[in-house]
Amino acid sequence: MKTILPIFRKMIVFALLLTILCGGLYTLSVTGIAQVLFPHTANGSIIEIDGKKYGSALLAQQFTEDKYLWGRIMNVDTATFTDESGQPLSYGTPSNLAVTSEEYEQLISERVQKILAAHPDQAGKPIPVDLVTCSGSGLDPEISVAAAKYQIERIANQRHITSQEVEAIIDRYTTSRFLGIFGEPVVNVLKVNLALDGILK
Amino acid sequence: MMTSAWIQIALYLIILILLAIPLGNYIGKVMTGEKVFLSKLIAPIEKVIYKLLKVDVSEEMNWKKYAISVFVFSGIFFVLLFGIQVLQGVLPLNPEGLKNVRWDLAFNTTSSFVTNTNWQAYSGESTLSYFTQMLGLTVQNFVSAAVGIAVLFALIRGFVRVQKKGLGNFYQDVTRIILYILIPLSLVSAVALTSQGVSQNFKAYEQVDLVEPIVLEDGTVIEKGVVPLGPAASQIAIKQLGTNGGGFYGTNSAHPLENPNNVTNLIEMLSILLIPAALCFTFGRNIHDRRQGRAIFAAMFIVLTLATSAIVVNEQMATPQLSQNQTVDLTPHQQAGGNMEGKESRFGIAASSTWTAFTTAASNGSVNAMHDSYTPLGGMIPMILMQLGEVIFGGVGCGLYGMIGFVILTVFIAGLMVGRTPEYLGKKIEPYEMKMAVVLCLATPIAILIGSGIAAIVPSVADSLNNGGAHGFSELLYTYTSAGGNNGSAFAGFNANTIFVNLSTGFSMLFARFAPILATLAIAGSLVKKKKIATGAGTLATHNAMFVGLLIFVIVLIGALSFFPALALGPIAEFFGM
Repeated sequence: MKTILPIFRKMIVFALLLTILCGGLYTLSVTGIAQVLFPHTANGSIIEIDGKKYGSALLAQQFTEDKYLWGRIMNVDTATFTDESGQPLSYGTPSNLAVTSEEYEQLISERVQKILAAHPDQAGKPIPVDLVTCSGSGLDPEISVAAAKYQIERIANQRHITSQEVEAIIDRYTTSRFLGIFGEPVVNVLKVNLALDGILK
Repeated sequence: MMTSAWIQIALYLIILILLAIPLGNYIGKVMTGEKVFLSKLIAPIEKVIYKLLKVDVSEEMNWKKYAISVFVFSGIFFVLLFGIQVLQGVLPLNPEGLKNVRWDLAFNTTSSFVTNTNWQAYSGESTLSYFTQMLGLTVQNFVSAAVGIAVLFALIRGFVRVQKKGLGNFYQDVTRIILYILIPLSLVSAVALTSQGVSQNFKAYEQVDLVEPIVLEDGTVIEKGVVPLGPAASQIAIKQLGTNGGGFYGTNSAHPLENPNNVTNLIEMLSILLIPAALCFTFGRNIHDRRQGRAIFAAMFIVLTLATSAIVVNEQMATPQLSQNQTVDLTPHQQAGGNMEGKESRFGIAASSTWTAFTTAASNGSVNAMHDSYTPLGGMIPMILMQLGEVIFGGVGCGLYGMIGFVILTVFIAGLMVGRTPEYLGKKIEPYEMKMAVVLCLATPIAILIGSGIAAIVPSVADSLNNGGAHGFSELLYTYTSAGGNNGSAFAGFNANTIFVNLSTGFSMLFARFAPILATLAIAGSLVKKKKIATGAGTLATHNAMFVGLLIFVIVLIGALSFFPALALGPIAEFFGM
């Protein structure tokens, strides 16, 4: 015990020093640099127009109306977060479903029927997989190019605009692969819909 | 069109090697006290720390003293982190007013972060305050990684030094690892992440107006959404670099505010394997035989490449349940295609699968896709990578000392075959080292098999499953594999936040972390006293292709013998049933 006690004293000081260094100083330095250099991206990439916050460009919102571009299937979670008055707020969670079960097969089949019914113009063509699956975060803000293009006719018909106009908006909010190689090209759903509504110009 | 996936994977692996070699040299220099480009800046800070601690860092510790230091150090942080969590409700930096963490969850999370596992039975954004995240968890991400690397260097010194007792100074090792390696790398990574959209602030969560309000079944209309914020980037940088893996948000690096695009994905994914891969080269450099480091790297790299390819192929094929007789388009044309359930569209199949292989090969455990929704075989590979004992790169430091356990086992088996006393790096391997190497290699299988065995017969665990049948068993097996491998990734459908699961996985993580540390230091303590024997004609070469093959064979053999029955009941049964 005689040898252990002084070790204890030194280790407690060591632990406190490292807590201040790695938890305090380090975190504060990163925050300071980020807030000065990248205030928009470090604060949630909020899309704010004329004082109204329409959402984070990085977090999905659920879209079901025919006039909008639909995103990934969203497991809307309204149980986790509430506002000051106790009203539930929208968030998302992943499904964590096994992709081999009969229940899953059934679930996908229902989604397929719904999408086929909404897109008579695409009859006979297979549905891009992003439209019938739930994402990893449950908050995927984007969708594949194939899945976006699949919906062009429906949106154009609903809004009485040409499919070229819809396609132009989709192209504008498409991000290509990083350096042309890494990841996949994707379309930001919220930005497209804000542009369709004329809010985002 | 699969070509683009293969090109991506090849590039990920090439960039990794290109970064790991120079970093390996740098780490080697830092740990032997040689001058590096940061010395001028950091050496004065280093001195101040030793002064405040009142320690004489020239004092060499024998293996017992080194081990006591590791245990006391970890023990103090255990108490500190547990305390912060159960008191977070009254502590500052809690804009969301999150409550004190329940004792069993706090125990589990503490065990998890102190052991570099970072298993998470909670969702960060709804459970932990900013105070807990930064002063509790971020700190653990640094120090638990530093402990792993420090123990590795004690072992390296055991091989290098001849007829001595000292294995180095724990205070100096930890201080240098944190100041010269972990903090500079994390700073660069964290700032880069914030530039791309990873959150870094102390604000309360944002509320935004939904463009299309949501009407619930009971008629409630939801008009607002939440945007969780907080000091995420600083924690994410070190959770990737230190093979910790604990996400700031619940869905980890799948969450768009934690990993918003393919720039951040590249940074975060390479960070997973960067230090573990670099340490192989450091090892070769510091034992003055670079070939030995390259041989170990080669063995790890071969298994990693095979595993990555196997996952990609299975995920791209997806399942008949998803394909619906080709009604659903799974082809990689203007989309990733394949099994996109639980995957983010920006990452697709290649970047998700590669991440999965990296994170389970290293004992990182962060995810950018949900492993629970992988195909049966695509989900089995990560399980196997963990079950092999987290030695395919593994955790920072601990992966390599675990691998050296397997090397010792391999030279022993090879020695038996040719009838010579086994030796490694000029040190004789005798019964004592063998016993300790067995503890080192079998700690993980024991923790996993006993843990999942008990869990399988506890009735309440069945309620935690998100899926039925063979996949349900896989969820359970994955949970205890992840804890026993000190990995921390999850089949996340499994509800792990129950008293039984919190306690059983907590103890499993502690055992799988500290038993090997003790065994490693004991080996180091025994080796350091030995003479160096000259290599002769009969010495088994441990740097050639034959040895690499033999080493892989031994690792796979032990893994297969231990886990084949369990895997047959889970993923393999599910595969044949689909």
